[in-house]
Amino acid sequence: MSTQTRPPATEPTPSGDGATRKPPKRADGGVLSKPRGIVVTVIVALLALTWLFPLLWALVNSFREYDYTQANGYLSLGGWTTSNYEEAWSRGNFGLHLRNSLLVTIPAVLLTLWLSSMVAFVLARFSYRFNLMMLGVFLAANLLPPQALLIPVFRMFREVPLPMFMSDSGSLLNSFWALILVNTAFQMGFCTFVLSNYMKTLPREIYESAELDGASVWRQYWQLTMPLVRPALAALATLQVAWVYNEFFWATVLIQQGNKLPMTSALNNLRGQFFTDTNLVAAGSIIVALPVLVVFFALQKQFVSGLTLGSTKG
Amino acid sequence: MTGIELPQSKESPGAPPRGREKKLGARDRFTVIMMVTIPLLLVLALVWVPALLSVVLSFGKWNGFGDLDTIEWVGVQNYHDIVTIYPAFWPAIQHNLIWLVFLFLVPTVLGMLIAVLLDREMRGSRFYQTAFYMPVVLSVALIGFIWQLFYSRDQGLINEVFGTQVDWYGDPDINLWAVLVATGWRHTGYIMLIYLAGLKSVDASLREAAAVDGAGEVKTFFHVIFPVMRPINMIVIVIVVIESLRAFDIVWVINKGRNGLEVIGALVAQNVIGEATRYGFGSALAVIMMLISSVFITLYLRNVFREERRG
Repeated sequence: MSTQTRPPATEPTPSGDGATRKPPKRADGGVLSKPRGIVVTVIVALLALTWLFPLLWALVNSFREYDYTQANGYLSLGGWTTSNYEEAWSRGNFGLHLRNSLLVTIPAVLLTLWLSSMVAFVLARFSYRFNLMMLGVFLAANLLPPQALLIPVFRMFREVPLPMFMSDSGSLLNSFWALILVNTAFQMGFCTFVLSNYMKTLPREIYESAELDGASVWRQYWQLTMPLVRPALAALATLQVAWVYNEFFWATVLIQQGNKLPMTSALNNLRGQFFTDTNLVAAGSIIVALPVLVVFFALQKQFVSGLTLGSTKG
Repeated sequence: MTGIELPQSKESPGAPPRGREKKLGARDRFTVIMMVTIPLLLVLALVWVPALLSVVLSFGKWNGFGDLDTIEWVGVQNYHDIVTIYPAFWPAIQHNLIWLVFLFLVPTVLGMLIAVLLDREMRGSRFYQTAFYMPVVLSVALIGFIWQLFYSRDQGLINEVFGTQVDWYGDPDINLWAVLVATGWRHTGYIMLIYLAGLKSVDASLREAAAVDGAGEVKTFFHVIFPVMRPINMIVIVIVVIESLRAFDIVWVINKGRNGLEVIGALVAQNVIGEATRYGFGSALAVIMMLISSVFITLYLRNVFREERRG
């Protein structure tokens, strides 16, 4: 087994690779006897339903009238309505916040992938003395608790002036730029690590022939390596979109202007000081979850391999 | 490695091959330098310099409004105050520890078990996998909101089913556990996914050999599969520790980390964007977090570097 990260082998959902590996392993039903197999299936199925339940519960009740559930209890059926969504959308101002989230997420993910693919390329292509240290600098940054850096970052951002056309707050604080930069700085470590491992699996001969053709380092990176690592980039992009979209800590502390908050933070608008309508909150939660769930279902394979890329080495 | 000849692909410890780099022309060398320097500057400016500044600030008293010369240097006073008179500190440490132990005992073990169960031919295995890791794509803050449908005192499902009047998020004796269950819901899927990927890479012949030897299911797991997953266990340990140290999102959306939900991450934030801005004090808390995490980051990096060198 190679010690390299090889995405095809790490995917839980068998694709081409599984066709050759799986049957010999499990053709005879594995090591499980049949009755025990049934017991296991039942247990797993029950657990899976339990796991789905919270989301389903939120979904069902987001379509129910508050007055009806108050009068008849949540265990009743009925009171169907879509008004929670209408009210949540307008009260939570989700149109604006979705736009904010996109304005942060898309640039941050692109920037992260671009910067980390450059570092990864250098780490994989050349063998400098500082390679390992470099990887350490990026990876450790990824693992540090963000709270530990909050105070200096917060204060620094307040001092950095931005022209009005970049941010109406006049400084990095309360601007999307702040979130883009912070998210990029934090996520680069993981992406660099995964990409450089992936790039190391590329055969070296391709660079040798490129050099013979007189291709510059930049062209080798951009026209040779980048197209070849597209699967890894796709996996990481999917994962990063979810992470940056879900990012809560920096968004909470660096953005204090209500109209600049991203989706998740905007959910607070639906909570009253003394009273909260949980059906409304459920509708809001579904709205917030929807973009990332859509990405998840559309690109499930990429998502899973992205999550497991960095964590399974050999 | 693969069968391909890789003359200079890896750094052999001691004598790194330097020949190739000398061949780079001036332009290429400039490209390489830029490719590394720009990302490096970003990570230094936004992670490493702030980390260092946190350490420096932790020895001072500063409300953050005046210039740098309004900082009053007080030595280790902040640390002393934190451990002696700051009422939220020890509860927070305790809660982070409970968080850690809980994540290990319940979601991690459960996730591992589910992975082992799913790692066999089973009808609908893909569906089950999806069910378990769907919560992983949701943000932890959002999960706090979703679970309110269970935990709310007047409108929650739990109270309705059991006819109780418990405020699950509000009662300081139980809200930590309510939060942990919600967090565990998400964490289980994550751990499952990581182990599932690891199990796929366990050599099928190893299992077969064990089966031929007449080793039972349980024995096979502990003697064949578990040892092969050692590097993954290491990564899972680091993930769990870091996650429990970072705990912030869900307690912040519930009550900003007060009243039974004190965690270190929230305490730092309270000292910056709360009513009182105490930068020195908050920094000292941040440094404590950093110290704890650095132990595990070092462990993790050592693991990674060992693999890199071997590769």
